[in-house]
Amino acid sequence: MLGYTVRRILQMVPVVLGATFIIYALTFLMPGDPVAALTGSRPLPESTVQQIRLAYHLDDPFLVQYGNYMLGLLQGNFGIDFFGRPVLGLILERLPVTFALAMTAWVLKLAIGLAIGVYGGLRNGQAGDHFALVFTVIFLGIPGFVIALGAQTVFGVQLGWVDPAGIRAGWPLAFILPALVMAIEASAGLARLTRTSLVDVLRAEYLRTARAKGLSPRRVVWGHALRNAMIPVVTYLGLSLAGMLGGAVIIEAIFNMPGIGGLMVTAINNKEGTVVVGIATMLVLVYLVFNLLVDLLYGIIDPRVRI
Amino acid sequence: MSQNTETTPGTAPATDPLAPTNPITVPSGIRPPAGPPAPAASFRRKPAKKVNRGPVWLKPRFLVSGTIVALMLLMAAFPQLFAGFGSDPTANCDIMNTNQAPSPEHIFGMDIQGCDYYTNVIYGARASILVGIVVTAISFVISALLGSLAGYFGGWVDTLISRACDMAFGLPFILAAIVVLQLFSERTVWTVIFALALFSWPGGVRFMRSSVMEVRNREYVQASRLLGAGNGRIIAKHIIPNSLTPLLVLQTLGIGGVISAEAGLTFIGIGLTPPSVSWGLQLAAAREYISAAPHLLIFPAIFLTITVLGFVLFGEAMRDEFDPKGK
Repeated sequence: MLGYTVRRILQMVPVVLGATFIIYALTFLMPGDPVAALTGSRPLPESTVQQIRLAYHLDDPFLVQYGNYMLGLLQGNFGIDFFGRPVLGLILERLPVTFALAMTAWVLKLAIGLAIGVYGGLRNGQAGDHFALVFTVIFLGIPGFVIALGAQTVFGVQLGWVDPAGIRAGWPLAFILPALVMAIEASAGLARLTRTSLVDVLRAEYLRTARAKGLSPRRVVWGHALRNAMIPVVTYLGLSLAGMLGGAVIIEAIFNMPGIGGLMVTAINNKEGTVVVGIATMLVLVYLVFNLLVDLLYGIIDPRVRI
Repeated sequence: MSQNTETTPGTAPATDPLAPTNPITVPSGIRPPAGPPAPAASFRRKPAKKVNRGPVWLKPRFLVSGTIVALMLLMAAFPQLFAGFGSDPTANCDIMNTNQAPSPEHIFGMDIQGCDYYTNVIYGARASILVGIVVTAISFVISALLGSLAGYFGGWVDTLISRACDMAFGLPFILAAIVVLQLFSERTVWTVIFALALFSWPGGVRFMRSSVMEVRNREYVQASRLLGAGNGRIIAKHIIPNSLTPLLVLQTLGIGGVISAEAGLTFIGIGLTPPSVSWGLQLAAAREYISAAPHLLIFPAIFLTITVLGFVLFGEAMRDEFDPKGK
């Protein structure tokens, strides 16, 4: 298990390098002069501009800049923005909001998706299954931000049950509506995967054996079928947690939540490359760490994959 | 997604959720003899009987979703057919009529500029449909090419392509698209297509790769090789025809998602910019008048939803028909 863990961590290295390089290169290609964006309408004296360019290594070749950045990253240094604030601090300040949103959405998605999926899988081919399928199609077919806009208008503006935007109401209340919207959109995939997986497992030989030896349907389903059907579902769940961090950007913008998404949009508009790269790098790292955890968790659920 | 893409020839990675699954079926020869069903097996249903009722496209699911898709394609190609010839999104605008509610002459009302909203919504279809179809087509071609190369040749080709996929997968899709889109200050349909297509392929490549790996080891391919067929012939005659349909179906299912992503990005101000006409832009503009002029929000939202739903249903119908095991 230890060897496997180490190998998986080593496999992450080129992925981190490649993904950060893509982001760094794209940001570096952004049009516009960052110093000009910083000074706005009042031009700075030439010597100051030179000083700033020197201080931020803006004149170094691209690969040197990237190398310096990665070296700093190894020491936990995400760089500083144009106001001298450490980028890591900016991200950590906003991360709890995004994280709370993504986690709430993920848990809601888990509940909705598993409930529909297990229900449909156990009633394979019956009316209940078709009903569950219709639900998932509707969830998939209505764009998430249309649901978001509708929910915001109805529950936030017209009924006034929750604040239509912002997070003044604190964790459960301010997060429940945006999280539910994200969960509804994302639960369709989970429900389908669960259903398919369960239907496949229910046809397996070992389940015939379990039934043949006289186990009650309840034990067959809960003890044998669900446990085995959950293997692909766990992978999907782990991956989607990281994906939800990325998907939170649009929802954050609609509900005006002060999370990573808002920070990213502001940074792009101000041409603050270090902030953009910092956020993207952070998200890539989170994504890969989740991947790793999922793979390791996999070994606990399904001992067959432990190598 | 699983990172353990070591190249064991012929075995699809067991942990890849996109890999085609092999449903474990009980050979009919060893089915239990028919008799009174045991209570313990009551939750296991017999597979539904397949009734063949004529051509595929006459099935209700195909008919309904196909009609929606065809209508939307027609609307994107020839908006004049729906909005009336000689009309234009910016024709006959009168700022005095700003945000006027729907009336018999203007069934969708007027927008902020006092233009006929119906015409504008009809013309908005083009951007969404174009982005959805072209991005999916690009992704399909890249997936088919890279996926067959990786799956067929294995070895270092596979390692290279799989690692590239891992890297592209390491970037959250929406964030990557946002970073690319910000390279441009004025964004047209083609800019958005470029940004979305740039990171849309890794899922398809992986799918195609495992699909090809499965086909490559079938007996008829081995037979063909023994008869002296070269790599090019085997790929063209056997691998591609037998693994392309599942990929095509998967990609069709993705069109709705792409349309949705475009509208979402445009809505938060990072996608299309004026003077483009699109539902995302209309929805974004409508937000400020949510209580004064709700019709501005409702009509583009309905069109967008019907379009995405139509493409999703169409993809589902295709999949059930051509790739029943992917259900």
